[in-house]
Amino acid sequence: MSDDLYREQILEHYKNPHHFGELPDADITQEGDNPLCGDVITFYLKLDDGRLGDVRFRGRGCAISQASASMLTDLIVGKPLQELKTFPTKDLLEELGIQISPARMKCATLSVNTLRVALNGDAPEED
Amino acid sequence: MIQTRTLNAEAARADFPILGRRINGKPLVYLDSAATSQKPAVVIDTMDDYYRRYNANPHRGVYAISEEATAAYESARQRVATFINAASPKEVIFTRNTTEAINLVRYSWGRANIRSGDRILLTEMEHHSNLVPWQLLAQEVNATLSFLCIDDDGLLELEQLDRQLEGVRLLAITHQSNTLGTINPIKAVAEAAHRAGALVLVDGAQAVPHMPVDVQELGADFYAFSGHKMCGPTGIGVLWARRSLLESMPPFLGGGDMIRRVRLNEATWNDLPWKFEAGTPSVAEGIGLGAAVDYLTQFGMDRVRSHERTLVDYAMEKLQEVPGITIYGPRDSEIHGGAISFTLANIHPHDLATLVDREGIAVRAGHHCTQPLMDRLGVAATTRASFYIYNRVDEVDHLVSGIQKAQKVFA
Repeated sequence: MSDDLYREQILEHYKNPHHFGELPDADITQEGDNPLCGDVITFYLKLDDGRLGDVRFRGRGCAISQASASMLTDLIVGKPLQELKTFPTKDLLEELGIQISPARMKCATLSVNTLRVALNGDAPEED
Repeated sequence: MIQTRTLNAEAARADFPILGRRINGKPLVYLDSAATSQKPAVVIDTMDDYYRRYNANPHRGVYAISEEATAAYESARQRVATFINAASPKEVIFTRNTTEAINLVRYSWGRANIRSGDRILLTEMEHHSNLVPWQLLAQEVNATLSFLCIDDDGLLELEQLDRQLEGVRLLAITHQSNTLGTINPIKAVAEAAHRAGALVLVDGAQAVPHMPVDVQELGADFYAFSGHKMCGPTGIGVLWARRSLLESMPPFLGGGDMIRRVRLNEATWNDLPWKFEAGTPSVAEGIGLGAAVDYLTQFGMDRVRSHERTLVDYAMEKLQEVPGITIYGPRDSEIHGGAISFTLANIHPHDLATLVDREGIAVRAGHHCTQPLMDRLGVAATTRASFYIYNRVDEVDHLVSGIQKAQKVFA
């Protein structure tokens, strides 16, 4: 794990997020927020025969929350929904590849928690 | 008698053990005193001395150390009364903090006096602690809330004040905004409120630590503040109110210490101030607050205020030069206390706070418990730098260079 919270890859995702925007024909639209920080993310999910056919997100917030959402979209697009319903937080944290302090953990996990709410109706598992 | 002492930030720093710490290899630059101030050794030692030498439950024991504890605790109350120029120490109610002091008024005075259809007037810049209690009371008794708006400089719009006060039973207003730094004209507003027949509660959490506060001169009816923002410990706060008002109010919490005579089905109440202090009080914290008051008194609150004005003037000048910065609140330090909120064009406040922490600089990022104010400003969060007696102008320079470094990361 890098101790550089703002390593190049994070900043790249923050400045040029992947799958950024909306899907007009989304099957599921889910908003999530961190009231404490003011981070907001909305996922647009298009389902395709038991898989996540396509994904977009919009959001505003700190670099960690927005980069993590961008990275998550790369990890989940095309995957079976059954698998995504229990998508492990640690997989996203590994992809982020940085040490997240307790104070910033909510920023890092907003995207994956929002995904779980979108697919399950609530957010079980760890946060 | 407290010896007077010239306020010199460099010398004052030596009184605060924590300021000797290094964070991430850099000297700690503490710019979050609006959240909580650091504590001088004299406050820490005074509390330590209580626990080591005369820890006992006050007001009850007839033995020596209980009498010592009672004397020290009540002496602290006397010193707090003098510090804010209360007419009597009986008007100084010790609470847990500002929030509890405001909630005391909500439960005691509020429930007895606010009726269905009554109005409570607040401002858009209130801390949640002076907003949520009134939302809860309004819901409980079917009263309505209305709000004094702010202009784009972060000042209250008071042109319509007399009209807005019609039918108002209580005006609850902050003395100094914890987010904008705005110092509100309490005396004038309180006069208008009284003309309209309303009482005035002032949230003084950001004022008492930083400027001379004379509760009689201000003309408020209730005045609340916290010990931990004024060099004192956490867990001790103050509600001041005029004696006649306090005497007319029912008790807040019931229990030991607040009673005179208890029978199985009824009780009568103790005298002021103990009527409002149920249970064993925060003795060490009260005594610690007394030591904090003495510590600030040696400098004089006029000097504390002018020291912070120097820091605010300097910070305004330096921060304005930062590209892409937006500063909230008034620019004039005459009406701006020692807390400055700002945002940067391309860096979220949390990212900025994390990056300057690498340089040992502690600033606050978030909504500062003022979410409606954030909505009014159109931002989710701001970064806030706040000052106290131990801050030096070169710490403002550190902050500015920390911001510049962060801007390079996000360039």
